[in-house]
Amino acid sequence: MSTDTHPGAGTAAPSALLDIRDLHVKVAGQEVLRGVSLAVGAGEVHAIMGPNGSGKSTLAHVLAGRPGYEIVSGTASFEGRDLLALTPEQRARAGLFLGFQYPVEIPGVNNAYLLKAAVNAARRERGVAELDAFEFLAVVRAKIKLMQIDESFLSRGVNEGFSGGEKKRNEILQMLVLEPKLALLDETDSGLDIDALKVVAHGINTMRAAERAIVLVTHYQRMLDYVVPDYVHVLARGRIARSGDRTLALELEKRGYDWISEQAAA
Amino acid sequence: MSTPDIDALVNRSYRHGFITDIESDTVAPGLDESVVRLISRKKGEPQFLLDWRLRALRHWQGMREPHWAHLRYQPIDYGAISYYSAPKQAKDGPKSLADVDPKLLATYEKLGVPLHERARLAGVAVDAVFDSVSVATTFKERLSAAGVIFCPFSEAVQKHPALLERYLGSVVPYTDNFYATLNSAVFTDGSFVYVPPGVRCPMELSTYFRINAANTGQFERTLIIADKGAYVSYLEGCTAPMRDENQLHAAVVELVALDDAQIKYSTVQNWYPGDENGRGGIYNFVTKRGECRGRNARISWTQVETGSAITWKYPSCILRGENSVGEFYSVATVNNYQQADTGTKMVHIGANTRSTIVSKGISAGHGQNAYRGLVKMLPSATGARNFTQCDSLLMGKNSGAHTFPYIEVRNPTATVEHEASTSRISEEQLFYCLQRGIGTEDAVNMIVSGFCRTVFKELPMEFAVEAQNLLAVSLEGAVG
Repeated sequence: MSTDTHPGAGTAAPSALLDIRDLHVKVAGQEVLRGVSLAVGAGEVHAIMGPNGSGKSTLAHVLAGRPGYEIVSGTASFEGRDLLALTPEQRARAGLFLGFQYPVEIPGVNNAYLLKAAVNAARRERGVAELDAFEFLAVVRAKIKLMQIDESFLSRGVNEGFSGGEKKRNEILQMLVLEPKLALLDETDSGLDIDALKVVAHGINTMRAAERAIVLVTHYQRMLDYVVPDYVHVLARGRIARSGDRTLALELEKRGYDWISEQAAA
Repeated sequence: MSTPDIDALVNRSYRHGFITDIESDTVAPGLDESVVRLISRKKGEPQFLLDWRLRALRHWQGMREPHWAHLRYQPIDYGAISYYSAPKQAKDGPKSLADVDPKLLATYEKLGVPLHERARLAGVAVDAVFDSVSVATTFKERLSAAGVIFCPFSEAVQKHPALLERYLGSVVPYTDNFYATLNSAVFTDGSFVYVPPGVRCPMELSTYFRINAANTGQFERTLIIADKGAYVSYLEGCTAPMRDENQLHAAVVELVALDDAQIKYSTVQNWYPGDENGRGGIYNFVTKRGECRGRNARISWTQVETGSAITWKYPSCILRGENSVGEFYSVATVNNYQQADTGTKMVHIGANTRSTIVSKGISAGHGQNAYRGLVKMLPSATGARNFTQCDSLLMGKNSGAHTFPYIEVRNPTATVEHEASTSRISEEQLFYCLQRGIGTEDAVNMIVSGFCRTVFKELPMEFAVEAQNLLAVSLEGAVG
């Protein structure tokens, strides 16, 4: 991939896992995404960076099917299917995972119970036998070690009383267990101390695989020291203003976002 | 997520709606002394009971229907109700299940209560009430070996009149309230339990109530006595056939726990709630009260209310004995046009008495849910404590939740804590589950079950499963 500045430059091959073309999205009447194009191929790690309000989280939410967004025009396909025509749960079962910036608490709902339901929903979709409680636990046990989480975590309410760091680890744990084809991680690094950041980054790195793509949505470049992206895109004013490799992130670290925003406005 | 399909999901019709075609022996509508005498005569009751009924009737005739609850309904015409109805065979009285009308048994089958099977497999003794006369009672032998008496109320009248005379009305006097007084005059049957000193009842006792004959009010009377050091767990489950007219139900349940005794009373109530336009449905005006009469006694009420058009119900504890404990765990669900005004009373009389109230109200559709609770600390209640947690969950834009806590503290050493919250199933919670691949309906059930978890875990295992299923059925599609 080149480091040119054409919006949406990416692999853009017909084989792209995720292919977004000229996507325009409104929130409460305001156009927040104003022509986003992006192609993400299997095996790739992309970072989407940008200043606050640039539309990064909106893009992640729209792809996951969160209600409240108006798709004005454009397309998004996932493995060649029309992603935008699928319900959120269909997208999830097809292998799209969103790691939330602010994972919501669901009081009284057992963490393991939710995760097991999620795993089995995906397995049903694929026509694979559902995991029983023992098989499920065996899978989860290995992953919680990786995330340095105590097993008691599983029997707590979903995100109930979790610290910010615990919530993020839980998101990554869910990703590890669900093994999605495409992981969109929305500001997973925010609110993490350096130790937690390393654990989370390690979890993400173990997910790098030829058949899987990871999209990191982040404001800061520090996460990218640990999860090194193949491509970096800068979102500004609702468009991909610049794409490049990892050096772009380092440049942003030095120069800030203003120069790109100005270019985008020009 | 597209929410329009949510509304469509809700409106599955009542699953237990059917009427068994059995000839009823029903008296003409209306209530006067002759009706009370007739009921008493049909039951072959001793004089003291007839006298008690007649005192109740006279008292009731001077009473007015209460209207303080947060409920709206058409006035009830008490003169249009028939106060006695019994299946035909009641005259000879079935000796065993083989003698029971097969249609009746089939009814239980439909309800998922195959008496013989379920009773044996689950180790649950079932005293089934069909309309007003108890039809079959199982597991008598095992219980009697333990010295436990578990029988239809009318049988207790014959066999254990001394116990009845001593305890009947001792917790809920016949003057108590409009509905309890009416019940005292005209109750037809119910359940009676006596657990002797030091005995732990060897199985969960269970009664399935069912309203069947049209226009027949149901007036059950249940009396449970746990003698010193005794323990009993009692389960009450209800379903009713579909019908278009409102039906009055005014039951009375009295519990007496002596020194060191414990009574656990669990209810899953699924009476016909009326259709999605608010037509039909059961009017449920129930008086449930337990008295911890001895030291260290404990009474726990756990209820899951999903049915009835109108629910007026406040299972209460009188904590008279020192160190006695009262508990109330409740899930009340209203959907469509259901209305519930329910809660509890904890009356602390003895020193160091403790009570816990956990109320979970779920309102969907146009449902209106009110929690009404009284915590009363009398001057003698030194060191008494109460903790109340009252949470409401709203689904949709037209439902309502109301909380009416009353607290009276007349002892300076007593402590009362009250926590309350009102929330909605948030779009965020729902989307979180959807994003994990879990469908809308499952996600809603999951979130609601989580909300109710502290109450469900108080239910006996098999009941907890049933309760969760009921909740799922009654809230189908209720998000919006």
